[in-house]
Amino acid sequence: MITVFVPRDAAALSVGADEVATAIASEAKKRKTEVRIVRNGSRGMLYLEPLVEVETAQGRVAYGPVTAKDVAGLFEAGFLEGKSHALGHGLTEEIPYFKNQERLTFARCGITDPLSIEDYRKYGGFEGLTKALAMKPIDIVTEVTTSGLRGRGGAGFPTGIKWKTVHDLKAPQKYVACNADEGDSGTFADRMLMEGDPFCLIEGMTIAGVAGGANKGYIYVRSEYPHSVHVLREAIEVARKANWLGDNIQGSGYSFDLYVRMGAGAYICGEETSMLESLEGKRGLVRYKPPIPAIEGLFGKPTIINNVMSFAAVPIILAKGGEFYKNYGVGRSRGTLAFQLAGNIKRGGLVEKAFGVTTRQLVEDWGGGTASGRPVRAAQIGGPLGAYIPVSKFDVPMDYEEFAKADAMVGHGGVVVFDDTVDMAKQARFAMEFCAIESCGKCTPCRIGSIRGVEVIDKIIADIDRDKNIALLEDLCVTMTDGSLCAMGGLTPFPVMSALKGFPDDFHKPAPNKFLDAAE
Amino acid sequence: MAKKVARSSQKPRREEVSATTPAQLAAVSVCARHGNRPDELLEIFHEMQHELGFIPEETLPVIATALNRSRAEIYGVLTFYHDFKRHPVGKHIVKICRAEACQSMGTDALCAHAEQSLNTPLGGTTADGSVTIEQVFCLGNCALSPAIMVGERLYGKVDAHRFDEIIAGLNKEAAE
Repeated sequence: MITVFVPRDAAALSVGADEVATAIASEAKKRKTEVRIVRNGSRGMLYLEPLVEVETAQGRVAYGPVTAKDVAGLFEAGFLEGKSHALGHGLTEEIPYFKNQERLTFARCGITDPLSIEDYRKYGGFEGLTKALAMKPIDIVTEVTTSGLRGRGGAGFPTGIKWKTVHDLKAPQKYVACNADEGDSGTFADRMLMEGDPFCLIEGMTIAGVAGGANKGYIYVRSEYPHSVHVLREAIEVARKANWLGDNIQGSGYSFDLYVRMGAGAYICGEETSMLESLEGKRGLVRYKPPIPAIEGLFGKPTIINNVMSFAAVPIILAKGGEFYKNYGVGRSRGTLAFQLAGNIKRGGLVEKAFGVTTRQLVEDWGGGTASGRPVRAAQIGGPLGAYIPVSKFDVPMDYEEFAKADAMVGHGGVVVFDDTVDMAKQARFAMEFCAIESCGKCTPCRIGSIRGVEVIDKIIADIDRDKNIALLEDLCVTMTDGSLCAMGGLTPFPVMSALKGFPDDFHKPAPNKFLDAAE
Repeated sequence: MAKKVARSSQKPRREEVSATTPAQLAAVSVCARHGNRPDELLEIFHEMQHELGFIPEETLPVIATALNRSRAEIYGVLTFYHDFKRHPVGKHIVKICRAEACQSMGTDALCAHAEQSLNTPLGGTTADGSVTIEQVFCLGNCALSPAIMVGERLYGKVDAHRFDEIIAGLNKEAAE
């Protein structure tokens, strides 16, 4: 029987993957051909979604973007034998976009059925955990430290050090918490992994549990990701039944169980202490630090908190060794990062690549420039709290330290591209507006500073005491950076100042004529 | 020291409220399904909203009683999170992403179109009560912007034309 893959990833569904799968099933029935349809994760080439793949003797052949209307034509052209068609791209793994990546974390994503443990194991799944179960917890921590893995959520704190802190504490109850509140615009790697390879996250968190001495873990998923919530809950059930979660995992003596909790639309809950409050059923107010969550975290107990991408990197580090992972990357940024090409881009998608790749390579070689066909003007890297960088800075290598030197941040690896129609003063205003909407309200610089920021930028745009107000905005940004409790207020000045410094012309345009606008 | 307020040895006074209205009874059973655990409050609200469409004010005292928390704490959580509705909303909730990636692909125009065609501002409900439109910041579909979500269904590359088709589809569903 011929196997056809149609992704179940939310992005693929958003452009009609379900309709395509239904059309293939009914067309096959009509033609009395037996077809097995597997709903896989996404390969990450989102510009080709829905990307339909057919298994042939030569390998998997790709067609995309397929709509339900194309299905009859595909059958006619003989796509079940991998024959050519206008939507055909040949072998999936030979598509340059895919072939030129270095897939470590996303090695299985898009290849397997996300809920099949057999598939998972066939492609190296649970090798890392199997090794970890036979190791001393401190040796697991050492392996992660050796790998040079740093927090993939944006802050880049060494994961090994966090784990060591929790490992060294004596406490009757410890926890593992996964931050899957991927609220940054331009990022979707966590979602893709949770929906395309959920066992990878489960395995990474279980390894963390064994290493840190925790028997319970929580995954905090944002409510905007209902598909991820469903897939994770199912995957956890499957893993429990196969004894990869629960008591005495695979007879090792270690026990670990996982629970999924859904957020409720608060961006701030992606901040780790706010997330802890939310997991405890409270308002997502940021906590003071110290104490750090590794010492007093969830319910006041020592807690390993990492991002989805950090946990998902752990299985391969354990399976192949810390040295293997460390051999990717540059400087103090080791391993790979899942870059996400988003916004006004011709070929948007996920590109997993070792650190050191440049923005230009990502935006031009992979991305193919803008979707609108107009020149690229700027890219915002690292989410809504990341800097807007002009094209002149596109050759800085993706490396935590190099980016910091260039007054920017790699963050989560999200790259949002804008064409030359973008108004950077408007983007700066939005950064402040977003902070005003999403601030938890605990500290003054963030809560009030953001509102004042919107007002000041409005005055600058309207050409009211422009120079004075620009000076005031700069001063306000210093106050927010230095005085805010967490990254929300502390980093909001980043996009604002980068827009002001990198694109000063946009702040010096003639003021929009209110009388004329009103007359229209 | 003389002014020290005499504290009774009783537990802090917390008004025990028992459920009488249908919404309150529903709240009690949702709380019970979650073991009356205060840390599951977000899940409780999600479930209640799924059942009732919103979280009626009258349920807060009974939730407070069930979870052994103060009414203020329950109210505080309810009002902190954007997802939770305190008043009835439209039959379908349409969330339009207004974050940066969608901005780069023209979500401002899409929002304006939505407001105009449905004759309600973002955050409002159509006159017939069928659709509530809301702004949201990021649906994780940033490579296929602009994105919207209807209920749990995600849509990508939504322009004004596609938006109208999706809304027409909802109304057709309702008519059937």
